[in-house]
Amino acid sequence: MTIDPGIMLEFLPYLLHGAIYTIVLSTVAIAIGIVMGLIIALMKIAPLKVLRWPATAYTDFFRGTPLLVQLMMLHYGLPQIFHYTPVAWLDAFIGLGLNSAGYVAEIFRAGIESIDRGQTEAARSLGMTYMQAMRCVILPQAVRRVLPPLGNEYIALLKDSSLVSIIGMSELMFRARLLNGSTYRPFEAFFTAAILYLVITLPLTQLVAVMERKMSISDKRS
Amino acid sequence: MISVRNVRKNFGNLEVLKGVNLEVKDGEVVVIIGPSGSGKSTLLRTINRLEEPTSGEIYIDDVCITDRNVDINRIRQHVGMVFQSFNLFPHLTALQNVALAPVVVQHRPPAEVQELAMAQLSRVGLAHKANAYPQQLSGGQQQRVAIARALAMEPRFMLFDEPTSALDPEMIGEVLAVMKSLARDGMTMVVVSHEMGFSREVADRVVFLEYGQILEEGTPEQLFDHPRHPRTQEFLSKVL
Ligand SMILES: Nc1ncnc2c1ncn2[C@@H]1O[C@H](COP(=O)(O)OP(=O)(O)OP(=O)(O)O)[C@@H](O)[C@H]1O
Ligand SMILES: [Mg+2]
Repeated sequence: MTIDPGIMLEFLPYLLHGAIYTIVLSTVAIAIGIVMGLIIALMKIAPLKVLRWPATAYTDFFRGTPLLVQLMMLHYGLPQIFHYTPVAWLDAFIGLGLNSAGYVAEIFRAGIESIDRGQTEAARSLGMTYMQAMRCVILPQAVRRVLPPLGNEYIALLKDSSLVSIIGMSELMFRARLLNGSTYRPFEAFFTAAILYLVITLPLTQLVAVMERKMSISDKRS
Repeated sequence: MISVRNVRKNFGNLEVLKGVNLEVKDGEVVVIIGPSGSGKSTLLRTINRLEEPTSGEIYIDDVCITDRNVDINRIRQHVGMVFQSFNLFPHLTALQNVALAPVVVQHRPPAEVQELAMAQLSRVGLAHKANAYPQQLSGGQQQRVAIARALAMEPRFMLFDEPTSALDPEMIGEVLAVMKSLARDGMTMVVVSHEMGFSREVADRVVFLEYGQILEEGTPEQLFDHPRHPRTQEFLSKVL
């Protein structure tokens, strides 16, 4: 059997639709990740132990176990204990969001800790509280520094989101697998999917490279 | 009045301050000198509690600031600090650097603070650089903005930790000039600095610190021209 570009073209609209779900899913997940990740990062560097350790436990768990295992636990494990009917798309959003929060928290923590200690000291010496110094002095500087790694995390998330096909959300990978099953055209199905993933990730990779270059220039100047 | 009473500070096993006593009266300018590692910065930083003393007390006016229950953020509003490395906020313009704390900490109306910040920048001769970012300023200019930033809180005391030692020689003068005019205006100042000319001109008292202890103190003339302690003599012969 040879490769049939006509079939790839036929698959395209259906897969394209899935690609949109992939983008929406990853975007919502990174948004959840950013909000939760910031809170977890602040907890991790907090002066209080009671805040630090749950945050550390969180990042250890979500970075130390496979995303696939997390998704399975969420989608099959929890319903078994709490007796409810799982909803695939909801679990996809939640699972991916919780997972990205673990990684984003580490990105934020590293970004915050990369800011010179003198900045905090200057802010505190003016009478600012810990939180005021964070909000007005440290975070605005840290945000710029974490943009490139956040971009990379988003790209990783776009690819990892293919795993939610296992629990049955109808995104790009799920649809490719479905086409494979119904037409026995695995190459056309998965190759078209691969191209669609690339179309999404390549511009983002470029964008991150540009941000990194800009940042290294401004770092040299200051 | 600042009163440092028998302050000790340990970093792990290292005893950096070994029972320091220091009184600074209102309007006084006290200069601290001493070899590298003698504890000058640590002493200065205990006065606004950037460093917590291991034991001893520090009074600012009649408030014991080493007391656990004291609201240190309130105290710090009256105690300005200027650092060796300027520590300007790089994401803010000169004007925003100066205006930030009065708005955030003192909740003063931004419009009013804008004017105040402008006035402080004029005072250090940098009104024309109000919209420049720190990286667009020379070292001397950055340090003057840092002084204006501290002054914007209208502090009663100013602490300077080697404010000119990170500067190119040709920029030292402009920063010292600002500090001298502050001293003449009656600001109470504690300055870590080895700029003899500055000390002779404005210091009421010079304190020689070594191994975390004050070995000798006196007027600039006494200390620089007739040091009594052999260690002071030895140190001065190296610095002069
Ligand atoms: N946070 C810290 N942790 C551990 N040791 C410290 C800390 N800060 C200062 N020290 C040590 O305390 C001693 C005194 O330091 P300090 O900075 O007060 O000296 P200094 O007189 O200001 O010296 P310099 O002229 O070099 O600025 C030094 O041996 C220094 O290594
Ligand atoms: Mg020092």
